[in-house]
Amino acid sequence: MNYLTRRLVTFPLVMLGVSILVFISIRLVPGDAITAMLGTEAGLLTPDQRAALEAYFGIDQGWLVQYGRWLTGAMQGDLGISVTYGKPVLDVILERFPLTLELALLSMAIALLVGLPAGVFAATRNERPSDLIVRVFAMIGQSTPNFVVGLLIIFILSVGFGVLPVMGAFTPFFVDPLQNLGQLILPAITLGFAFAASVTRIARSAMLDVLSEDYVRTARSKGVPALSVIWRHALPNALIPVVTLSGVEFGYLLGGAVIVEQIFALPGLGRMVLDAILQRDYALVQGSVLFIALNFMIVNLIVDLTYVMLDPRIRLGDR
Amino acid sequence: MTPLLSVRDLHVGFGRDPAAHEIVRGVSFELAAGETLAIVGESGSGKSVTALSINRLVDFGGGRITRGAVDLRLADGTVIDLANAQEHQLTKIRGGEIGMIFQEPMTSLNPVLTIGAQIEESFRLHRGLTGRQATAAAKDALDRVRIPDAARRLKYSPHQLSGGMLQRVMIATALSCNPRLLIADEPTTALDVTVQAQIMALLAELKRETDMAMIFITHDIGLVAGIADKVMVMQAGEAVEQGALNAVLDTPRHPYTRHLLSAVPHFEAGRAARTDYRRPETPTEGSAAGPALHVEGLTVRFPVTGGLLRRRTGNVHAVDGVDFDLMPGETLAIVGESGSGKSTTARAILGLVQPTRGAFSANTNTPHGRGRPSVQMVFQNPYASLNPRLRVDSILAEPVIAAGGRISPETTARMTMLLERVGLPLDSLQRYPHEFSGGQRQRLCIARALMLNPSVVVLDEAVSALDVSVQAKVLELLVDLQKEFGLAYLFVSHDMAVVERIAHRIAVLYAGQIVEIGDARSVLSAPRHSYTRQLIAAVPSIERRHETFALDLRQVPSLIRPLGFEPEQAEWQSFGADHRARVEG
Repeated sequence: MNYLTRRLVTFPLVMLGVSILVFISIRLVPGDAITAMLGTEAGLLTPDQRAALEAYFGIDQGWLVQYGRWLTGAMQGDLGISVTYGKPVLDVILERFPLTLELALLSMAIALLVGLPAGVFAATRNERPSDLIVRVFAMIGQSTPNFVVGLLIIFILSVGFGVLPVMGAFTPFFVDPLQNLGQLILPAITLGFAFAASVTRIARSAMLDVLSEDYVRTARSKGVPALSVIWRHALPNALIPVVTLSGVEFGYLLGGAVIVEQIFALPGLGRMVLDAILQRDYALVQGSVLFIALNFMIVNLIVDLTYVMLDPRIRLGDR
Repeated sequence: MTPLLSVRDLHVGFGRDPAAHEIVRGVSFELAAGETLAIVGESGSGKSVTALSINRLVDFGGGRITRGAVDLRLADGTVIDLANAQEHQLTKIRGGEIGMIFQEPMTSLNPVLTIGAQIEESFRLHRGLTGRQATAAAKDALDRVRIPDAARRLKYSPHQLSGGMLQRVMIATALSCNPRLLIADEPTTALDVTVQAQIMALLAELKRETDMAMIFITHDIGLVAGIADKVMVMQAGEAVEQGALNAVLDTPRHPYTRHLLSAVPHFEAGRAARTDYRRPETPTEGSAAGPALHVEGLTVRFPVTGGLLRRRTGNVHAVDGVDFDLMPGETLAIVGESGSGKSTTARAILGLVQPTRGAFSANTNTPHGRGRPSVQMVFQNPYASLNPRLRVDSILAEPVIAAGGRISPETTARMTMLLERVGLPLDSLQRYPHEFSGGQRQRLCIARALMLNPSVVVLDEAVSALDVSVQAKVLELLVDLQKEFGLAYLFVSHDMAVVERIAHRIAVLYAGQIVEIGDARSVLSAPRHSYTRQLIAAVPSIERRHETFALDLRQVPSLIRPLGFEPEQAEWQSFGADHRARVEG
């Protein structure tokens, strides 16, 4: 557990670094929150009114003071008030997060359920026609932008089958699972398409390497049936790169998928962050970037722990 | 009675058109129950492909049996032609009727499955055992190959065991279902000689116990004498000679067999040791006639850390107080097994690892090497020690550039001279390493080492990766170069037979310390230290036929010592002018 403690100690340090970077970079962008909020009406404010508004949102002081104030708050769980939503930042984020998490989990499930078998299958059919077909699909999947995939899916469903994607206000899973899945399945397929393609390619190449290893030959010499050679002896050895890739992709998805959220009109983290940047909603940008960074670190930790489960040779912290 | 296995006119090809690319071309042999056939040949002779064709594993490597029959008599007396058998029939036969063990125990076991799971699998597949029964059977299998503490070892992963142990696990797995035929494909090549002797003894013992037939594949004709009943010699995909063991070894008919037998460095208790150099009686320090390399108290330790704060808890005593002199024109062989510290010694002398303590000085006052780095190295694996992206001329220029020199016409002249000297064609300069064979690459490495005119060349297992006939030629070249340039060789090797042919003096390293050092002939013919004796007895030889070794299950002592540990001062006993051994406690 030595490794875990050390990783947990580095968490706050990384967060601190991230927060400083975000704090500075968002303030380097020209424009200010009051103008962004009020638009042309901002010109009508008297200097006193403007100062009062700035004081209300805590942006009247110098950067250092602002950062210090923000940091003290953040350490007590108070990430500040969002200018655009007029609510605590944490509440705004937590409202959006379930959708993003669910979407990311669904996409990853699709990617692994489709990509892993496809990659393994292609590896066992190396250079034969069926392998080439899988590889062409994977290539298409990786190189098609997801807005094209999303629009195509909507187009095919609506024109070809007369079915429209379920739109309207987002329904949380625990309120109405069917309605919820109906809303999320198409965006999940859209995101999972490219994800599955990457998984296919990496699983195929890892499997090809493993299938030529000595221990696979040993398994065959023991009379292990072909399917068992692949799933029991070879696949566990080929999973490490797949886990690495899935971890990174999943981490990105937890930061929100702006384009897909836009196409399917979903209130996810991605659109929220984009709006916050456009609105100069400093507190919300800062809070959400910090939240996303934390997610990424947790995902990385899970990935590392998965390595240990997969391969007994890997000992964390011995390096 | 029909034989257990009968192979007739076997042809195996590879690639898209197997018939046009045949690796095995018409091999035939018969094997009765309880009999051992040794297939001998160099790399590329088709011996492994022949073996893999019997259980049809060759299919998975892109091979195809194009012609011939492989008839196996099953337990119920029916005969099946494996060359035309279906995959579902073959999975029953593999492991059940035919067991197989491979060359590299380290990579032949699945790293993510426990030892137990891998042995149990055979029992589940062929015996239908499950759960406790399978575990109990796996434990018995480990006991059978004399692995101590078997019940606990079942839970180990392969990376927690040594190469010798892993090869026993492999044997246990292959023999778990009492196959009637065992194919052993170079099972001891990757192992140390004493471990090799143990594995060979184990195989011989198990064979007696179970009356199984065995096909033993090896490049080492010396190993054959200890185990085989029949020998088949293969060259370029054909069996050039086969017959009973004694007939083949004593009266070889085919020139290739004779060549193999002569190229195998026979081990003859020092009779083949070199006599072309006499050590000066009293070497005087510092003078021009002084040693080319003087090593005193060389000690290399690697820290062992542990605990929450990763404090230093001990040291690995890799090399502990090694001293020796190496005179110009002399070869000192450092022999020992893996983990004995011989490679660390060599690397410390080159400055590739930082010695903890001790001094060594290389004499730069030789006529050749004034003011230049005087120690160069030739590594074990010629395939990995040449940069594949550099042309030969750049490879040869590398040491000159590294020493701060420029590529002058003299440098180019030296390249040409050395290439010619090591026996490579002159147009080699324009070529890349992949265009050369293993032996040629090692010649390149030797030329590279000589570019700076060193006085000492460290050869770390320099011929171990080569086939015996190539090995003999490279050794000859080394001897010629030594005489011509007055080179001093530090020849690191685990192979006593090679050492006998190149060494003037021998230092035996055990657990980081020299246990015996002296004149080659004297050390080889009258070894004084028990470890040296054990090492020499383990070397396979054509003279000793069907001799059994006693199984020795002692483990190499741990080299990890607590902090501040210092080894006791060594006590030496002299035997003659230049031969001394450590007194054993």
